[in-house]
Amino acid sequence: MIEVSGLTKFYGPRAAIQNLNFSVSAGEIVGFLGPNGAGKSTTMRIITGYMPATDGSVKVNGVDVFDDPIQVKRSVGYLPETPPLYLDMVVEDFVTYAARLHDVPKSSLKKSVTSAIERTGLSHVRKRLIGNLSKGYKQRVGIAQALVHDPKVLILDEPTVGLDPVQIIEIRELIKSLAGNHTVILSSHILPEVTATCERIIVINKGQIVAEDTIDRLTSRMQHGAIIYDLLVKNPSDAGIASLRSLSMVKAVKVDGSKISIEIDPTQSDSRDRLIENAVASKMGVLEFSPEKMSLEDVFLQLTKQQ
Amino acid sequence: MKKALTIAGKDFRTYFYSPIAYIVCSFFLFIMGWMFFFNVKAFLLRSMGFNMGKATSIAEGILRPVYGNMNVILLFLIPFITMKLFSEEKKLQTIQLLFTAPLTVTDMVLGKFLSAVFFVLFMLGFTLAYPAFLIAYANPEIGTIVTSYLGTFLLSMCYVSIGVFFSALTENQIVSGVLTLISGLFFWLISWAAQSAGPVWSDILEYLSLINHYNNFSQGLIDSSDVFYCLSFTGVFLFLSQRVLDSYRWR
Ligand SMILES: Nc1ncnc2c1ncn2[C@@H]1O[C@H](COP(=O)(O)OP(=O)(O)OP(=O)(O)O)[C@@H](O)[C@H]1O
Ligand SMILES: [Mg+2]
Repeated sequence: MIEVSGLTKFYGPRAAIQNLNFSVSAGEIVGFLGPNGAGKSTTMRIITGYMPATDGSVKVNGVDVFDDPIQVKRSVGYLPETPPLYLDMVVEDFVTYAARLHDVPKSSLKKSVTSAIERTGLSHVRKRLIGNLSKGYKQRVGIAQALVHDPKVLILDEPTVGLDPVQIIEIRELIKSLAGNHTVILSSHILPEVTATCERIIVINKGQIVAEDTIDRLTSRMQHGAIIYDLLVKNPSDAGIASLRSLSMVKAVKVDGSKISIEIDPTQSDSRDRLIENAVASKMGVLEFSPEKMSLEDVFLQLTKQQ
Repeated sequence: MKKALTIAGKDFRTYFYSPIAYIVCSFFLFIMGWMFFFNVKAFLLRSMGFNMGKATSIAEGILRPVYGNMNVILLFLIPFITMKLFSEEKKLQTIQLLFTAPLTVTDMVLGKFLSAVFFVLFMLGFTLAYPAFLIAYANPEIGTIVTSYLGTFLLSMCYVSIGVFFSALTENQIVSGVLTLISGLFFWLISWAAQSAGPVWSDILEYLSLINHYNNFSQGLIDSSDVFYCLSFTGVFLFLSQRVLDSYRWR
């Protein structure tokens, strides 16, 4: 559906992205993950035909964005980093305007607008001025605008930024519901954000792809084939820790005050229960047992180390 | 072209959400109303015999000064109408919506241009009250009224096209408005320079001056070279706007 090859963009003498190659098949949800300035927005702007690349090509549904931008733009819905909202317009009028700009035929105009407004949960504010809406609602109007012509491809640049937790979950559900009928690329610099919605992640750093894989494989790769669990105890004892170490599936144990990080060998059968039993038996007072959360920094450190 | 009309329609409606449009429109009608009243009064005094013997027609005594002044006032007011056309969209990044929608830069330029032209026509619409008044109470030269409006409209298109160009050039509305005004004045007053220029330059400058192309219209004449001048002037500035916007994304 989307084929990106050798994509390069220079802003003046500085390259924002360099030689990106990836493809997204129809109906897939792919996440762009990367820190600030990685080049996520730049890549998206080129795919949507907003700006031309310095080198390389983008094909959407077999059509080159550079050769036939109009054709591509018709089948792409785009939510830019700053949603393009006319603050002095009423929600409904604005979505209608976006629909008309995107060739929605007159006969289905009303239906498309209503459907986009309903799907983004804007029905009760449809007559309000966009300028008077909260940031989260403005973001929804931005998404409604991208959806209204029912595009085959959706490019969403940080779609949940500025939303409250409830809205984040709602928008994630909305994005997931689009899978199958729509091809979606979304960007984020938060790992859980992409893991919650995407089937596949493309990790970008400094304008280059550092990893590209499904979530599961990526996470296991990132952890060197091992999985780390954090055990929080009331009173850590040397004897208890020693007995944890003696378990066959435990590869390493690190103690930091009352937090014990245990690295286990994932090739063995799931034996977390034995780990907990052992900790309880040594009377350390188990408070919490959880998989270690990896921050984006960890992910990047790991990914760049592997190269 | 359909997209251009979509944009024009939306932008035309947007004018009425902002106070600037109301201020510009009321100011225009206030000044014009006062000017009309003043000229009619002067004309009546003259025709009652205070004119030292020389009788003037309505065209000479009312239409020419009123519509001549209207053109000057529009020169000053149109920058306020055009200043935000593209500037604001660039500043607020709403232009991304246009650039990622299936339409051409020409559609954008024409859309913006037409929205401002529609607004000028809206303002001009109110001034039809003056000829209506004259027709009701006297016998004015209908031909001169028609050509005055045609000339005013064509010159307004020129100002609007300058405005479109400068709004495409900068994100700053004030800069866009000021540059439009300065350029409008420049093309208006260029004939002054013509008087002190050499023979060939003098002809060129005279031809370029907007004011010279209004004279015939104000006298009830339609000269195709005037129409041609205004249309080409507009075309050139719209073309330049299109180039500027095209390159906007290439940085
Ligand atoms: N218009 C521009 N002119 C010059 N440099 C730019 C421009 N836009 C982006 N850049 C540079 O290109 C690089 C990539 O920027 P981009 O906006 O694509 O990053 P991003 O991954 O979207 O980051 P963020 O997470 O902060 O949104 C950055 O170093 C940025 O400074
Ligand atoms: Mg970005």
